[in-house]
Amino acid sequence: METVTITMKNAPALYLEADNVSPDAFAGKTAAQIAELSVHEGNTTSTLGKYFEVIGNAGATAADTKIVVKGDVKKVKYLGFKMTAGELVIEGSTDLYVGAWMKGGKILAKGNIEAFAATAMKGGELIVEGNAGNYLGAAYRGDWRGMSGGKILVMGNAGSDIGMYMTGGEIIVNGNIDVHALTHAEGGRLVVKGNAKSKVGGQMIDGEIIIFGSIDTMMPGFKPVSEAELEVDGAKAKFSHFIGDMGERHKKRKGQIVYGNLYKKI
Amino acid sequence: MTKTITDVICPFCGTLCDDIEVIVSDDGKKLLEVNNACVIGTEKFLHSQSSDRITRPRMHQEDGSWKEISYDEAVEYTAQMLAKARKPLLFGWSSTNCEAQSVGNEIAEMSRACCDNTAATCHGTSLIAIQDVGLPSCTLGEIKNRADRIIFWGCNPAHAHPRHMSRYSIFPRGFFTGKGQMSRKLIVVDPRVTDTAKMADMHLQVEQGKDYELLDALRVAFKGEWLPDVVAGIPGEKIREAADVMKSGRFGIIFFGMGVTQTLGKNHNIDAAIAVTKDLNEYTKFSIMPMRGHYNVTGSGEVFAWQFGFPYAVDLTRGFARYNPGDTSTIDLLTRGEIDAMLTIGSDPGAHFPISAVKPIAKMPSVCIDPHLTPTSGVSKLHVPVAFNGVETGGNCYRMDNVPIDCRKVVEPPEGMLTDEEFLIKVRDRLKQLKEAA
Repeated sequence: METVTITMKNAPALYLEADNVSPDAFAGKTAAQIAELSVHEGNTTSTLGKYFEVIGNAGATAADTKIVVKGDVKKVKYLGFKMTAGELVIEGSTDLYVGAWMKGGKILAKGNIEAFAATAMKGGELIVEGNAGNYLGAAYRGDWRGMSGGKILVMGNAGSDIGMYMTGGEIIVNGNIDVHALTHAEGGRLVVKGNAKSKVGGQMIDGEIIIFGSIDTMMPGFKPVSEAELEVDGAKAKFSHFIGDMGERHKKRKGQIVYGNLYKKI
Repeated sequence: MTKTITDVICPFCGTLCDDIEVIVSDDGKKLLEVNNACVIGTEKFLHSQSSDRITRPRMHQEDGSWKEISYDEAVEYTAQMLAKARKPLLFGWSSTNCEAQSVGNEIAEMSRACCDNTAATCHGTSLIAIQDVGLPSCTLGEIKNRADRIIFWGCNPAHAHPRHMSRYSIFPRGFFTGKGQMSRKLIVVDPRVTDTAKMADMHLQVEQGKDYELLDALRVAFKGEWLPDVVAGIPGEKIREAADVMKSGRFGIIFFGMGVTQTLGKNHNIDAAIAVTKDLNEYTKFSIMPMRGHYNVTGSGEVFAWQFGFPYAVDLTRGFARYNPGDTSTIDLLTRGEIDAMLTIGSDPGAHFPISAVKPIAKMPSVCIDPHLTPTSGVSKLHVPVAFNGVETGGNCYRMDNVPIDCRKVVEPPEGMLTDEEFLIKVRDRLKQLKEAA
């Protein structure tokens, strides 16, 4: 695997849309060719090389390409946009849309990331060592198909509206989450090791939420049914089992009505 | 001698009352009296007659004073600002007519700007929910003639839309609602005992920020499923009772306002309220309608949607329209430091935005087009006073139920003053020259 390192040298005055920073866009290009790829600051289009120093050539394919992003990229959006393979390592914190619409490959963000990360993600892996923002793994505005595959791991906390309209895949948050998780979900799985606030699983049709900490306010549409012992990430624990959202429509599978499942550690 | 002009449209709130009578002087230059309008509407008409009105553009000077300049100089500053900016924001549009909004969109396209209206701090969240799940709605006329279940959720029309209740929602005697108030049941959902709540048959005093839970509980109650004893501070029994009142009507309507759109839950609250409406249509006929504030904020959404495909928070910087509130919405653009120039028209963000979003306006090249002196005109570099739309010029406006109504001109503006549209056309033409030269 070939490694391309890009380091921020001229920070943008406004915000930079760097939707070409992905193994797919870099594949088969030399450092000089990569520096010629377009970026956008407001209504002005210029080159990646104007803002970043580019070192190293990319591999022949996306899968053979690893990108390391260094320097202050807090005002850079769309890193890893639509990537399908390869690797992306972001050394610091960055802005919106990390790994949005990603289909494969692996992103490691060592700092914090802002909202709309992994929007409508289909596959691959996103690991965030810091905190994630709002709308993590959610659907794009107006879309009813959110994250459908892949895996997201957040070591810190995550914001609100995570996994909105989720249909598949897995989100694990080691810290706490804000309001609205898996709203409108029709599948997928969310594990929160910390605490959740309120509106967890609102309008949920199908899918699974596992909360290890507390929930400030439970949705009234979640009905307590039983207790269950689950093994999550190698640890066994006892959980209260709720089904819902009872106010929402539900599908039938093999003659049985399917509900969303919410497990809260006892 | 005076002249009486009847059937005048009131350019204040989204109710867009169309039965105002205005008495003007014989020469049509002075507006003397306003009849039928509410106190706010009357004030809006009479304010155009104030003696200390600013009639020429003013430039903010280094020492904080203002220098009067000509409209041509104001056009030049505005066009230069938009030509140079890398990410300008054109914000407001809700208190002007659709014609001016359309010219504004041409300017936005030419300068590749972000454009947004006051829905950003108002019903923008409703628009997000409408895109997610749709909107079963109707006109205010249908409500007057048919509705026998009225729900005001997180809004207080007694103060914000003073004539809404007498013209459409509670008191009027319509075709199928001949007994007026007697033929209607009123439910108000509000954490406070507002003047609207005092008139209600049932007041659900929801805990602040728990509207989403209450809406979900109503949906559960419609289906007769299990409910906790208390939801959002309201006993389960009372929720079931409210659900039965809603289900038993012939035609119901949910009106909702800032109390649900801008509190915890935001777009999800509206999403759930629309789901409640959808559920109720299994039992009876139900509709839902946002209580729009500015008289033409609905029109701004219509013009944006018709020309760019999205109703607010449109980003044209890349040459095509993008929309994602949170990224392209005004408050976020301002607080995150994403823009480098701002034009405000027909709105007062200085008075309504968080201070962290107002401070950046004072630091960047900025223009405020507004007949009034406002906090926004105070922080902007250039203030362009214009004729009062709906008083000194006509133009198309949309009522809160998306019905277009033409506003009327009743008096002449002070001599030499331009309208919003006239000023924007001059800016557009100058900007075109600058862009072609570049």
